Amino acid sequence: MTETFMLSNVETNIVLEAKRITKQFPGVLANDNVNFDLRKGEIHALLGENGAGKSTLMNLIFGLHLPDQGEVIVNGKTAMIHSPNDSIALGIGMVHQHFMLIPVFTVAENVMLGDETVKRGALDRNTVAAKINEISIQYSLNVDPHAMVGTLPVGLQQRVEIVKTLYRNAEIVILDEPTAVLTPQEAEDLFRIMRDLTGRGVSIIFITHKLKEVLAIADRITVMRAGRVINTVLPSETDSAQLANMMVGRQVILTVNKKDREPEADVLKVEGVTVRDQRDLETVHHVSFSVRGGEILGIAGVQGNGQTELSEALTGLRHPTGGKVFISGHDVTGKSPRVMTETGLAHIPEDRQRHGLVLSYTVADNMALCDYYHPPFSQRGVMQPKALDENARKLIKAFDVRTPSPFVNAGKLSGGNQQKVIVARELSRNVKLVIANQPTRGLDVGSIEYIHSEIIKMRDRGVAVLLVSAELDEIMALSDRIAVMYRGQIVAIVETKKTTREQLGLWMAGAHVESV
Amino acid sequence: MQSEKRSNSLTKQILRSISEAGLIPLLAILTAVVVGGIIIIIVGGDPIRAYTGLIEGSFGSTKALSETAVWATPYIFAGLAVALAFKGGLFNIGAEGQLAVGAVFSALIGYALPEWLGFSLPIYIHLPLAIIVGMLMGGIWAGIVGVLKAYTGGHEVINTIMMNYIALNTTSFLLNGVMKDRSPTNVIARTPLIADSARMPEIFDGLRVHWGFVLALLVAFLIWWLLNKTTLGFEIRTVGLNPDAAQYAGINVKRTVILTMALSGMLAGLAGSIEVTGLNYRHELGFSIGYGYDAIAIALLGKSHPLGVVLAAFLFAAMRNGATRMQFLTQLPVDLISMLQALILLFVAADAIVRYIYRIKSKGERVVLTRGWGG
Repeated sequence: MTETFMLSNVETNIVLEAKRITKQFPGVLANDNVNFDLRKGEIHALLGENGAGKSTLMNLIFGLHLPDQGEVIVNGKTAMIHSPNDSIALGIGMVHQHFMLIPVFTVAENVMLGDETVKRGALDRNTVAAKINEISIQYSLNVDPHAMVGTLPVGLQQRVEIVKTLYRNAEIVILDEPTAVLTPQEAEDLFRIMRDLTGRGVSIIFITHKLKEVLAIADRITVMRAGRVINTVLPSETDSAQLANMMVGRQVILTVNKKDREPEADVLKVEGVTVRDQRDLETVHHVSFSVRGGEILGIAGVQGNGQTELSEALTGLRHPTGGKVFISGHDVTGKSPRVMTETGLAHIPEDRQRHGLVLSYTVADNMALCDYYHPPFSQRGVMQPKALDENARKLIKAFDVRTPSPFVNAGKLSGGNQQKVIVARELSRNVKLVIANQPTRGLDVGSIEYIHSEIIKMRDRGVAVLLVSAELDEIMALSDRIAVMYRGQIVAIVETKKTTREQLGLWMAGAHVESV
Repeated sequence: MQSEKRSNSLTKQILRSISEAGLIPLLAILTAVVVGGIIIIIVGGDPIRAYTGLIEGSFGSTKALSETAVWATPYIFAGLAVALAFKGGLFNIGAEGQLAVGAVFSALIGYALPEWLGFSLPIYIHLPLAIIVGMLMGGIWAGIVGVLKAYTGGHEVINTIMMNYIALNTTSFLLNGVMKDRSPTNVIARTPLIADSARMPEIFDGLRVHWGFVLALLVAFLIWWLLNKTTLGFEIRTVGLNPDAAQYAGINVKRTVILTMALSGMLAGLAGSIEVTGLNYRHELGFSIGYGYDAIAIALLGKSHPLGVVLAAFLFAAMRNGATRMQFLTQLPVDLISMLQALILLFVAADAIVRYIYRIKSKGERVVLTRGWGG
């Protein structure tokens, strides 16, 4: 009795409904008869792999695309959303994965951008700042309206984006992969903020591919796959395995299977390495460690503690200002990436689009990006398209890269497949050392699973693996030993078996090490 | 069977990419012709007669064709220079100066070397030497800018412009001074005529078209081959498209930047050398004015593709060459041609206008409003 009442009460509280939405892109049916609804004050998670159609659906709701068929109903009325301006007017706000902020503007300036408050011809920063303070206090966001956005940590920048939507009186907030850029602590803060928002009547659509988060925070979960809604479930009635199954369409191994293995001799040896970043600040101080063959050493740490600069120094992208680096006994300190690769390094870079790929090159060209200059890809200075083609076909098959052909530009592939192109290229070479920096960032369950298994295969083959990741779960699942980086130093190196998530979290936050 | 099928589809792919790449420039030209026609009507001219004159003057006779080829020759070389730099991610505005440097040195070798040596050289040594020295000096001139870019980060746009001032004013100084033609009747800032042994033979009797034109087509093919088929070309393109990925891939980015700039300068230098050894037999102040800047337009219109550059160079050459005939027939000023060229470029550069007029959907890179990994 009570339940039916509750249900009907909730039914009437639908603030947004997408009905029978269909959207066709050239060659892809991105949304196929999709139905989705959002109730007042709920967090409705939209879960799915790359290319499942989540972002397309949200872009349709936010007015970045028009649907071919179907309609969007906001607060009971059919909404004509042709542009983001229309959706903002309807009280819909969107926080994109890549923030739309201008770093050299203050928070207040960024927030008013596009909706400037003007007093006697000048920007009225004070009124805006006062309103931001009000919002900030109301939702305990802790945002300083006068801070320069560029100086804020990523977690705070995201809050500025949230403030932007609230400033425009959004009652429906779409968060697109909001935790992809956050540290575990920042993610916790975000969840608290999301709860605060819903407590005050804001409704949230939470786009993600992370199962744990969905189960922790969502009121309802809608799973999409290949442009269709598979099901909408309650977190209390499901679990990770079932969700993963719905997302991927098959059984997914959620835990990493890893056999014990005796490590071999040192492959990578780092002695007292010091690195400065582009602002000439020393971000890595006298770091020493080694990675043995057949072992995965994970570097854990909150982002921005020197991991990026350290891995750049170890892969030849940046000159260390002090210390020595050895690969299999060869001194490669400050050597070029070419020398490093020839000494036996495979590098899966942190930013796949900036370093890992030339997006306007074909998959085939990208698959030979580090090897293009020697046989069989190049003979006497002339490129050998046939060899490139054969290599690409072989790797596409072996690494299950989803691409229509080797001649498609890498930029046209999904993020997961772009990463697979890099992984295929790097791990197929005859290497002794793999340095993988955030190898699964932003990827879907299927790709993560696959890339993890490939990394473990390398380790089992006797290759030394240095894994840098901001995802503690990933570090713990893969690593044999874990080094924790804090403020440019390695504060602890432990065997994975002999530590806990909590202990690592403490070290990551800068707690002192009593014993290792 | 399968490989045949694949190569077939590859040919189709290539053809399609050519027609796609060429579509916008062609429509830009068409639009410019229409807009130009309207302007001719407004100023009281007859556009049909004007365009007929233009075509007659550029393609209407053997002589007209020959002259168009003569005009096209430096345009092809200089256009390739700018296009190659574009492929390497560099904007070479200095073709003008590099061309002048090439011309000065070719002329110097052409007239002075036999005097210095005290004996005359056979053509198969003297001519190539004159061309190669001019080419190399153009390369060095641009290479300096490459070195500055690679080691100090000095922007090539600023530095090529500065090098243009240095080159053009030094040329003027030399042509008015030590290199000036000393013959008693001469009052012009120009070098003496180069020796016969440094001159390119004629192809046809009585026509000015010279072997330099053939060389230009050959070099265009060579540059296409270099860029698309060789390892060096792969390096140049990678640096041009994504210098970070190039560094990651182990390419020496600094070396490649210097090399690209030097190669670009060599091509511009060739433009100057060939004008001296193939056409004018001397270097004269002001003969090359504007080639280096037209070259930028040609590279843009040709979408930095060597074949596109050759076609664009022909178009520009035809317009320059046909202008006189057009003026003769219609009394319209030759400046109209500059206007037409400007219109074409405007439509190529702002291709959104052309896409809008002809309702062409832009393929590939659309304006990205959101970026994310989710579907």
